[in-house]
Amino acid sequence: MTDPRPQPSPPLVVSGARIVDPSRGLDAVGSVVVLDGRIAAAGPQALNQGAPEGAEVVDGRDLVVMPGLVDMRVFVGEPGHEHRETLASASHAAAVGGITTIVVMPDTDPAIDDPALVDFILRRARDTAIVRVHAMAALTKGLAGRETTEFGLLQEAGAVAFTDGRRAVASARVMRRALTYARDFGALVVHHAEDPELVGAGVMNEGETASRLGLSGSPREAEIIMLERDLRLVQLTGGRYHAAQVSCAESVSVLRAAKARGLDVTAGVAATHLTLNELDIGAYRTFFKLSPPLRSEDDRRAMVEAVADGIVDIVVSSHDPQDVETKRHPFADAADGAIGLETLLAAGLRLVHAGDLGLSRLVEAMSTAPARRLRLEAGTLAPGAPADLAIVDIGAPWIVREADIVSRAKNTPYEGARFQGRVVRTVVAGRTVHTYAHG
Amino acid sequence: MIAPSKPAGTAFPHRHLLGIEGLSRIEIEALLDLSESAIALSRQVEKKRAVLRGRTQINLFFEASTRTQSSFELAGKRLGADVMNMSVNSSSVKKGETLIDTAQTLNAMRPDILVVRHHAAGAVALLARQVGCSVVNAGDGAHEHPTQALLDALTIRRNKGDITGLVVAICGDILHSRVARSNILLLAALGAEVRVVAPSTLLPAGIDRMGVTVFRSMREGLAGADIVMMLRLQRERMDGSFVPSVREYFHYFGLDEEKLAYAKPDALVMHPGPMNRGVEITPAVADGPRSLIGEQVEMGVAVRMAVLEALAGNLPNA
Repeated sequence: MTDPRPQPSPPLVVSGARIVDPSRGLDAVGSVVVLDGRIAAAGPQALNQGAPEGAEVVDGRDLVVMPGLVDMRVFVGEPGHEHRETLASASHAAAVGGITTIVVMPDTDPAIDDPALVDFILRRARDTAIVRVHAMAALTKGLAGRETTEFGLLQEAGAVAFTDGRRAVASARVMRRALTYARDFGALVVHHAEDPELVGAGVMNEGETASRLGLSGSPREAEIIMLERDLRLVQLTGGRYHAAQVSCAESVSVLRAAKARGLDVTAGVAATHLTLNELDIGAYRTFFKLSPPLRSEDDRRAMVEAVADGIVDIVVSSHDPQDVETKRHPFADAADGAIGLETLLAAGLRLVHAGDLGLSRLVEAMSTAPARRLRLEAGTLAPGAPADLAIVDIGAPWIVREADIVSRAKNTPYEGARFQGRVVRTVVAGRTVHTYAHG
Repeated sequence: MIAPSKPAGTAFPHRHLLGIEGLSRIEIEALLDLSESAIALSRQVEKKRAVLRGRTQINLFFEASTRTQSSFELAGKRLGADVMNMSVNSSSVKKGETLIDTAQTLNAMRPDILVVRHHAAGAVALLARQVGCSVVNAGDGAHEHPTQALLDALTIRRNKGDITGLVVAICGDILHSRVARSNILLLAALGAEVRVVAPSTLLPAGIDRMGVTVFRSMREGLAGADIVMMLRLQRERMDGSFVPSVREYFHYFGLDEEKLAYAKPDALVMHPGPMNRGVEITPAVADGPRSLIGEQVEMGVAVRMAVLEALAGNLPNA
């Protein structure tokens, strides 16, 4: 873990705000007091002792204070593709989005499959990033899906989980061994559950829309079968497992059954898959080409319900910066992926405003749950916790414009989208790393 | 998928022809009517007109095609355009990178009409957004091949009269076929009853929601058909990947006289070419009295002349 700004920060008080802290089941009007980079108190009685001397006092009326978001699926281009995104540029985009912790994927060049590379990421982050950065290490060497990496040494170097990022481990034997060995270290295996054989040449969700566009389809079964395989292997090995991103209605029942059997299993979904569907691809718009692909409206609704139910535990951005050279192609030839750090919370709030999801559950899925799953000291406003928080005007309307995007890559599927809910201040370790002057 | 450029009232109020999708029945029929006069012109000794005189037409083919490219070339030349053929070997270039680059390079040369074929669905529309001239889709991946559907409709209309109410069976590799997609859209727009006949491995998902009836046997699919339209099955798809073998495919789906007998006695046979004789069709049927395959080629030139003429009417300074 890196603490980006070790020097002491001045006391901060946010008064009269709506405090949403799912880690304590708290959703009430109150105040937050930050001292020495940590939460001194947060809740209705937080100001009983008065504001600390010299504190900056923020009037929190009409604002929500929540623990800073923890985004556990972020792709960066450092090392190897710095022109797309660096740890620094990703951290600035995160700060704009109220994200105080990003967990970066090992799909870099070279891949993060060696303790020295984990160390490189964490050092670079400490020197250049303005939010907290953690790294997942590769599950297999070179992300090749054959030999497992040094889970123990990588974990000691700071890796918080193991994953092959965008890639699936096709071999059941390799996955079984990885889950078995990871168990000895209590390590979490994070998997992109999508059978590459069944995906084949598929570039969008299989069905009528793909057929009309003349594009090869990727069937839902590519995800469902791989997820079922993985969960059988979790049962066999007793491993800890997290499905990085699910997208299909039927995956929810598969997960529900596994959880009912008591397996140590969680799942994530990307904000894109909660707010968009395959029809948004329209006339071959490559910024909507994602992996897993955007599915039908029925699938999208099922994903939203699954987040509300808690069957899908975590919401991620799956921030994946791509540029002209990888996106400005015919649809089938274009790279997968969309940026999402700056729009993660706003996209989630769309569901809250629509009445599909409670605010507290959203904050849990975007902050408390990923922090807990990765055993990070984050996702809470409990006294003593690091003062990582987002102050949000959840009613503020705004429009996504390319010119305003902080991320180095501009491949957002939300260009021109109207959102309600804007982060007005992001605080990491008691220091303000982003402010938005509103009104 | 049509970019409007002129207000309604013009017979063909579009800047590009990117697909059949989005064309109205009136626009389709106007193009077919225009094709009729092109047929007459093409059968004269003097085949030249001056509609496109001074205009530059570039045929940009990222996928090899003798038939379509020469058809567009002749059509352009008969209308008086300067025609240049560019074949870009897509295996030698890095995927779509050249698509945009080539588009911008060609655009700087100020052509009036670009005729484009590309292996990727949507590629022609992508290119059309990069250039200032009119673009004709000569086939984009498994998406659309609008001039093929137009020439097929013209051929049917000249042999059967009204297309409304005709039963058309499209048989074979529907999954990979842009010809099938464009024909399904066009024939449905003109009121035909469209059927697709294929093994399930060669049918796209959701095809039953595209306004067609689906059959897995030639006997049922051809029963009562007025037109039997065969599609090419590429060699690399017959080796067990989509169908187990040529002989099994031919046995169940190859059009021979026996299977043709399931259709109406006056049913006619079509094929967009190039044919695999002995795979999807026997030589006896392909070259027989009920075959329209030769006529389709002639209609191809006429339809492309009509399309170029229609677009020329909307070019700047026209």
